[in-house]
Amino acid sequence: MTILTFTLILLLGAYLAGLIGSLTGLGGGVVVIPLLTLVFHVDIRYAIGAALLASIANSSGAASAYIKEGITNIRLGMFLEIATTLGAVLGAVIAIYTPTNTIAILFGCVLLFSAAMTLRKKNQEALTEGSKLSAVLKLNSSYPTPTGPVSYKLKNVGAGFSIMTVAGVMSGLLGIGSGALKVLAMDTAMKIPFKVSTTTSNFMIGVTAAASAVVYLQRGYMDPGIAFPVVLGVLGGAFTGAKLLTRINPSTLRIIFCIAITFVALEMIYNGYHHKF
Amino acid sequence: MISTHLIQDRDVEKIVGKLLRFGVITASLVVLLGGLLFLVQHGAQGRPDYHIFKGEETDFITFDGIFKGLFTFKPMAIIQFGVLLLIITPILRIIFSLFAFILEKDKLYVVITLIVLAIILGSTFGGLKI
Repeated sequence: MTILTFTLILLLGAYLAGLIGSLTGLGGGVVVIPLLTLVFHVDIRYAIGAALLASIANSSGAASAYIKEGITNIRLGMFLEIATTLGAVLGAVIAIYTPTNTIAILFGCVLLFSAAMTLRKKNQEALTEGSKLSAVLKLNSSYPTPTGPVSYKLKNVGAGFSIMTVAGVMSGLLGIGSGALKVLAMDTAMKIPFKVSTTTSNFMIGVTAAASAVVYLQRGYMDPGIAFPVVLGVLGGAFTGAKLLTRINPSTLRIIFCIAITFVALEMIYNGYHHKF
Repeated sequence: MISTHLIQDRDVEKIVGKLLRFGVITASLVVLLGGLLFLVQHGAQGRPDYHIFKGEETDFITFDGIFKGLFTFKPMAIIQFGVLLLIITPILRIIFSLFAFILEKDKLYVVITLIVLAIILGSTFGGLKI
């Protein structure tokens, strides 16, 4: 296969990864790793480098659109980024000592969990009574809806912060945005309405990924020949996905993709178990 | 009082959104330029052995190497420069937020933002080979 053919096929694959990542809300990075390892037989370390870049591109691209609508809670994002960046740096350090097969198995497990989280019941309720810490940290806010702004308050700040640290470690270890864990922290623990938690999570992914990206760049995980089609493809796919989301209701698509992703996750675990990475 | 505070917040959010978009677009254009040059020069060659991890050459993993390659129009270095721009975009967003919180005189969030910035820069320059 020539470099030209490889680049074009990978560009198409990355476009689909970005599209699926955007429609399911999982993010492009998560789909890029199995695409590169299972389909293109690329070493998982190159795949992690490329996925980190895809996560940053996806997050910055999508966040710019969401922020405009005023849903993202910037203070909450900044506060929780202490946890995710610290975790990401820790994850990048742990990665040195973790065998690639273990990383593949761990990735499969996170993917299974993420697919399940996508299909869960979402928290739509806004809390009217928040915890003391949430007021001290100025995390309570409001977000616009078609029927006017809705105020919300939050609780369990400590638990949310802890889950965010784990999300950061996963992100630094696997090169993904760990959006599912971030949403778990905000939705389930802190009781934030899902519109706010998903957009704020997306907003944070870029910063979290950037915290470990330079470490991976210097370890030689980022290959220009892979980065080029992956970054452009994922961005294009995410852009199309965002356009589609305003016109179609993706609930059926989401279920189909989540089933597909479950199989991919099982294959990653199986291959990792049999030391194929 | 509350309403002026909210208006300021919204302005900051709009600028942050523009900053992120500008960063991503610039990075993609640089990556595209480098990528096209790369395909013109090496497109007909065989695919490298990506299934074996070798790590990148030092030319493409240090700031120094990337900049040297950039000024001699090496396609791979141009792509890596675009990659750097992409990584820097969210870091710039943090720096911008820091100034915004200083202007708003929100001391608590100035401190929080400084912590986040310190972690990221520590990780960036901590493992740096210049």
